[in-house]
Amino acid sequence: MTKSTKILVPSGVLGLGFSEDALIQGLKRQPDIISIDGGSTDSGPFYLGMGVSKYSLGVCEAEWHLLMQARHDNKIPLVIGSCGTCGVNAGVDMMFDMTVRIAKKLGHFVKIARIYCEREISEFQIALGENRIKPLEPAPQITQDSLSKITHIVSLAGVEPIQKAIEAGADVILVGRATDTALIAALPLLNNAHKGASWHAAIIAECGAFCSTNPSSGVIFVEVDETGFTVEAMAQNALCTPETVAAHMLYENADPFVLLEPGGHLDVTDATYTALDERRVRVEGSRWHSSDTYTVKLEAAKLSGYQTTILTIVREPNYVAHIDDWIVKLSRICNTKLKQSMTNSKSTHSIDFRVIGKNAVLGELEFSESLAPELGVLVIVTADSQGEADDIAMLINPYLLHLPLSEDEPIPTTAFAYSPANSSRGAFFEFALNHIMILDKPCDGFPLIIDEV
Amino acid sequence: MASLSELTHKIRSKNAGPFWVTIDLFCRDDAHYKRVRDGLALPVIARCLLIPENLVKRFEIDNLKVIKVSFQRKHFQGSRLDRDMHGAQFAFLLEQLQID
Repeated sequence: MTKSTKILVPSGVLGLGFSEDALIQGLKRQPDIISIDGGSTDSGPFYLGMGVSKYSLGVCEAEWHLLMQARHDNKIPLVIGSCGTCGVNAGVDMMFDMTVRIAKKLGHFVKIARIYCEREISEFQIALGENRIKPLEPAPQITQDSLSKITHIVSLAGVEPIQKAIEAGADVILVGRATDTALIAALPLLNNAHKGASWHAAIIAECGAFCSTNPSSGVIFVEVDETGFTVEAMAQNALCTPETVAAHMLYENADPFVLLEPGGHLDVTDATYTALDERRVRVEGSRWHSSDTYTVKLEAAKLSGYQTTILTIVREPNYVAHIDDWIVKLSRICNTKLKQSMTNSKSTHSIDFRVIGKNAVLGELEFSESLAPELGVLVIVTADSQGEADDIAMLINPYLLHLPLSEDEPIPTTAFAYSPANSSRGAFFEFALNHIMILDKPCDGFPLIIDEV
Repeated sequence: MASLSELTHKIRSKNAGPFWVTIDLFCRDDAHYKRVRDGLALPVIARCLLIPENLVKRFEIDNLKVIKVSFQRKHFQGSRLDRDMHGAQFAFLLEQLQID
């Protein structure tokens, strides 16, 4: 019988925090690997567009320090995916520098593997020409214009590039963008554990203790063998029950039964969740189906303009009561003035008025009629350059402050909370791809670099 | 008639990648689950969200007493007209929905 594979997942993402006591409990189980995620697209397109991290680097470094010490003490590999939130090459380099810095501080000699996942736009265009790019539902349209504005494309690595690094004897493995599950499934699959169980354990554990009664405690432990897997939360006050574990399949997944992964899909329709005791759950019956072609998912962000925002607060009861009329008048007058002053006739600018306290979130779907005593008016200007966005906002500014509802009433003054009222937000990005790419071999385009420091 | 907030103990909404939002309705017990399952049909959901039925997927998870609704975002996450990056506020829209 093959030995089981034990994986310790300290938290859903590096930078989010975890219980140190729970980490110590987890290490007592003698895990074979520590796996943690470094990011996702969850916070929107900006991070991929700019190629920057969302989390505090100071917090990440403190947590990485603890995990590197744990790795050293237990002589097991430590793997992180989606380095620097979005998984661009610069994110991998940032984690590499951090790893070297901590290794020197701790006096550790480490073999560091870097797996890069970014794709050049030219490589994407070749694949497009070879019919190796397929849309998922719903996919943004690929046009010459959108392609010219893409700043970063990453492909989500499967288990194979990670397995290559493990087989090369790497102590620390830094992966650009990978599926959250690949980081956890890589080792059990390498050890010939049950395929369905390996992937299913990975999706259950990928958010750390989210699959338990105490999500913020972080640390989760999974053990995968030839027939299934067992999951347990490591914090004393966190319990895994059949309900909390099964319910995690729903979280952030559009389909609760089928999960598309590089090289196939996981089907958990017939999975059973059984309580072994009050802390541990045994899962069996999940199935893995290999696909004929090997595909990886692509993510890309494109530069879609520059933004400036203005926020004001309306308190005068008559204006609160007639806010829709006021916004219509405000919008009309601003657009008229703008037409008179615009020098750029090809401008693609937009001005969006959102009334906070009325329907800023749900828009036309809002059902509540109740109004707060004061309303926020958030104006979002998007234009082709920061200068243009700032200029449009400056044109709007005096009307937002002083526009009367009708001609025969005194000029009102709304409440600006700070000076200047206009905030330049910089570059604005949108997601540009929801596509998969067919690869000849699973490691194509995922270069592996190994250093010893 | 009863509102979905009365028939469930939790309604949770979240982005599922940049292009989908998914809403999980955790029902209080078997009787409430049956009522939500029968009452919250695809056309009812589509009307509430003002989107075509073909952009909505609906799942019944009997063992968890959960109805799951996933739909394609009208405005992709973070795009110009998107109003809720993480799509979590759709839960409150469903909470007030009345079903038989």
